[in-house]
Amino acid sequence: MKNLNVNFGKEDIIKDLSFEVKRGEVLVILGPNGAGKTTLLRALLGLIPYEGEIVWESKNISYLPPQELIQRKYLPPMTVEEFFGFKDVGKEDILKIFEEVGLDASLLKRPFNALSTGQFQRMMIAWALVDNPDILLFDEATYGIDAGGEETIYSLLHKFWEKRNITILLVTHDLDIVYEHANSVLCLNKEKMCYGEPTKILTPQNLEKIYGTGIKFYKHAHK
Amino acid sequence: MDIFLALIMGIFVGAAAGYLGTLMLSRRMALVAGPLGHLTLPGIALAFLSGIDISLGAFLIVILGIFIIWLLEMRTKLPTEALTAIVFAVGVATALLFIPEDKTIPALIGDISRVSPMATAVTVILSLLVIFVTKKIYKKITLAEISPDIASSRGIDVKKYNFIYLLCIAIIVSLGVKIVGGLMTAALVAIPACTSRNLSKNIFQYSLGGLVMGGLSCAMGILAFSFIGVPAGLLIIFSSALLFLISLIFKKI
Repeated sequence: MKNLNVNFGKEDIIKDLSFEVKRGEVLVILGPNGAGKTTLLRALLGLIPYEGEIVWESKNISYLPPQELIQRKYLPPMTVEEFFGFKDVGKEDILKIFEEVGLDASLLKRPFNALSTGQFQRMMIAWALVDNPDILLFDEATYGIDAGGEETIYSLLHKFWEKRNITILLVTHDLDIVYEHANSVLCLNKEKMCYGEPTKILTPQNLEKIYGTGIKFYKHAHK
Repeated sequence: MDIFLALIMGIFVGAAAGYLGTLMLSRRMALVAGPLGHLTLPGIALAFLSGIDISLGAFLIVILGIFIIWLLEMRTKLPTEALTAIVFAVGVATALLFIPEDKTIPALIGDISRVSPMATAVTVILSLLVIFVTKKIYKKITLAEISPDIASSRGIDVKKYNFIYLLCIAIIVSLGVKIVGGLMTAALVAIPACTSRNLSKNIFQYSLGGLVMGGLSCAMGILAFSFIGVPAGLLIIFSSALLFLISLIFKKI
């Protein structure tokens, strides 16, 4: 992607951003609220107008927006299974992915809007992964999931990543994730603040530059 | 013979309206059918004055109305419902200015007592078309409702499908005026969907239920009309409401 510019009217949301993600890499996009992370993903998907050049090697992309942007009310009385019917997948595929994201098969018969926030997010992740995408774009993938569950989701993504050689672009606030799972990290605050390998890039100085003062982060010892 | 034709016409339009209505209820669009229904009134007046088919006149004016609302939307930041209210109020006033006095009541509540075989055939074909198209767009519209971004990212042209969807609503509303008049078309799409919602656990039951309840209430209303002679439009609404009340007893939680 080269020289991306996104603006709404006169206000620049993203300024002159360029980066590249190689097949099979995990890129984590970091940045404070309002930095343009969600906007970046939406521009990458062609959902909003932009200037610049975006080139994808594969069209088989799965996108999961932040949960607060997903409408769960005022829908037909739809079961979870019917929601999976929106994609062309067999029941076996659904059951397999349900097991992998840690959901009980009985949930398939439940109404779409009757899942808890955490169950719903796991279900959406299962939905995003069920038809074997080459590229995943996840915005706040673990929103609303409890601490243990968060670990499960990321190790699940890690597993998929290892097994299927998928490319993952992940928006998160969780710096732990960067060290454990990312090949590269892009710090964004309307323009590129830093970009590169996590261990080289995420220095205290850089973090302070992105988030302002008040952030203290100590790299955990790896298990 | 007249009753037989009316029955066929009513069942098909009712079923198509009920089926489309299940999609509209979930999108909270059922209320749009009200103003759009009223917008048919100047179309009915146009039909009376020019001698064209009532549904055709209604359809032309509804499309014109949608276009005006769309233009106003581009020019202002007012919500669609407010703009719709303005346009439909002007439409009703214009209609009542031009509709001959003795035709006012039929225009408002419909008159299915004298329909031609030709009109019936065309109506049946259009109703089947609406059912077919609604089935085609059902999942895509629902996914776009859950998240327009997910739908677009999967290559669904959300604007195109919304346009097709709106066109289906315009067709159904225009066909509906023959049966229940310009005043009550909203009920034709809204009540069967509500009834079906009470009785269903999944989309399949719900959408099928809307279709069945829509057709059934029109059949009941028109049959009752043939016995007691009260205008069919009113009896269809009463039948539909009766089915809704019954559904409350069996309501699934």
